[in-house]
Amino acid sequence: MKVLTNYFKSLFLLELFRGLSVTGRYLFRKKFTVMYPEEKAPVSPRFRGLHALRRYPSGEERCIACKLCEATCPALAITIEAEPRDDGSRRTTRYDIDLFKCIYCGYCQEACPVDAIVETRIYEYHFENRGENIMTKEKLLAVGDKHEAQLAADIEAQANYR
Amino acid sequence: MEFFISLWEALPSELQYLIWTLIKIVVIVAPMMLAVAYFTYAERKIIGYMQVRIGPNRVGPKGWLQPIADALKLMFKEIVIPANANKLLFLIAPAITLGPALAAWAVFPFDEKLVLADINAGLLYILALTSIGVYGVIIAGWASNSKYAFLGAMRSAAQIVSYEIAMGFALVGVLVAAGSLNLGEIIKAQQGGFFSWFWLPLLPLFGVYVISGVAETNRAPFDVAEGESEIVAGFHVEYSGMTFAVFFLAEYANIILISALTAVMFMGGWLSPFQGWPVLGALFDWVPGFVWLVIKTGFFMFLFLWLRATFPRYRYDQIMRLGWKVFIPITIVWIAVVGLAVVYQVPWWFD
Repeated sequence: MKVLTNYFKSLFLLELFRGLSVTGRYLFRKKFTVMYPEEKAPVSPRFRGLHALRRYPSGEERCIACKLCEATCPALAITIEAEPRDDGSRRTTRYDIDLFKCIYCGYCQEACPVDAIVETRIYEYHFENRGENIMTKEKLLAVGDKHEAQLAADIEAQANYR
Repeated sequence: MEFFISLWEALPSELQYLIWTLIKIVVIVAPMMLAVAYFTYAERKIIGYMQVRIGPNRVGPKGWLQPIADALKLMFKEIVIPANANKLLFLIAPAITLGPALAAWAVFPFDEKLVLADINAGLLYILALTSIGVYGVIIAGWASNSKYAFLGAMRSAAQIVSYEIAMGFALVGVLVAAGSLNLGEIIKAQQGGFFSWFWLPLLPLFGVYVISGVAETNRAPFDVAEGESEIVAGFHVEYSGMTFAVFFLAEYANIILISALTAVMFMGGWLSPFQGWPVLGALFDWVPGFVWLVIKTGFFMFLFLWLRATFPRYRYDQIMRLGWKVFIPITIVWIAVVGLAVVYQVPWWFD
């Protein structure tokens, strides 16, 4: 009997017509496409985009060259060199992130004891020449300075969960 | 103006005839090409909508210029001819695929009097021409000197040849029922409104014809010849630029042709669906037959896209099984049924 019903079903294409009715209904469904350059999807405070180095409100850079980020980086994208500064404090002389290596896992941000290295919400950036993929300390600090307000707010919003 | 008329009359009558025919051909082929271009647009839009996307919408208002942009892009691309390819066959193959798809329109009745060549063996001519298309595919696959292309060509040849039989048998049913090979006569035999058309008495043949048509044009779910996932693009992997565009045109021209033929064979061509009905029949009397034909053809073209958006690809042996072990027996049985119905003049359709 089962064979017969199966035979009947396949001969009269019943299942196929059901499939057609599904796609036929979807034809009139509301579409949710975000018109990207004009519209943008909302971004979470946890978003992990381009990196930035932050400063204290006094203007002093936060990074103390503990190299925890370098050690935790699974992609070996971070290179740090450090020396005592004239005033005797320990600071980086070099802080490079190779964005081609970086996998945007956010471990550097989690490892950082002073909230110096962070990943921002910025996801629209590109490189036009070789070497531009290396984010140097100056570039990272510049990004941090530009978006400090947003960064502080995001970290504040996430403070309870860290 | 008079100068031109006198110039025209000065031409020998053979030349006049030739020019007239050429003009008619252009009048048929140019809108066909436009239809093909916008059919690709419709395909991307409709499949997009069925997948809850919106499809192309950037080039021009609502994406209306997308097919033009695509055509321009393809025209300016380089035509790469692979090393050790047979150059002549490689370049001639796309033309062989496109040619028949366009030539078949010569006997197609667009309206009661609107036929380029009203020949009596119209159906035979169309069967012959649509069969030639497969040579383009085989030659393309062979001339490319590529394994994938060759595999695609072999698959496509086997598939098209198998389904050609079922399709031919389905049409035999139609011509038994209509008693003529002339497409205009076939339509006239379906006079009398929606339920007098051949789709109802020939329902199994209608189904077989539509499905075989999808298989003939190598469209999803019968697109093993293209097989994007295993053999990249099948017979046209090695084609680029304009040569590829011609294959593309041929595929879509074939879809439109098959849709239009289905409309003629089973859906009464340019006949009104309300013909001879009380009230409605008189209400839609003013609609020209061509409009009905376009609506019917459009429905079948939409069906092609709908199928593509819905079904996954058939496995190769299943395609062969369906063609040989299901369709051919069905058509043979139903031809016998139709033959009996015609002989004993079963009322409504065959009396």
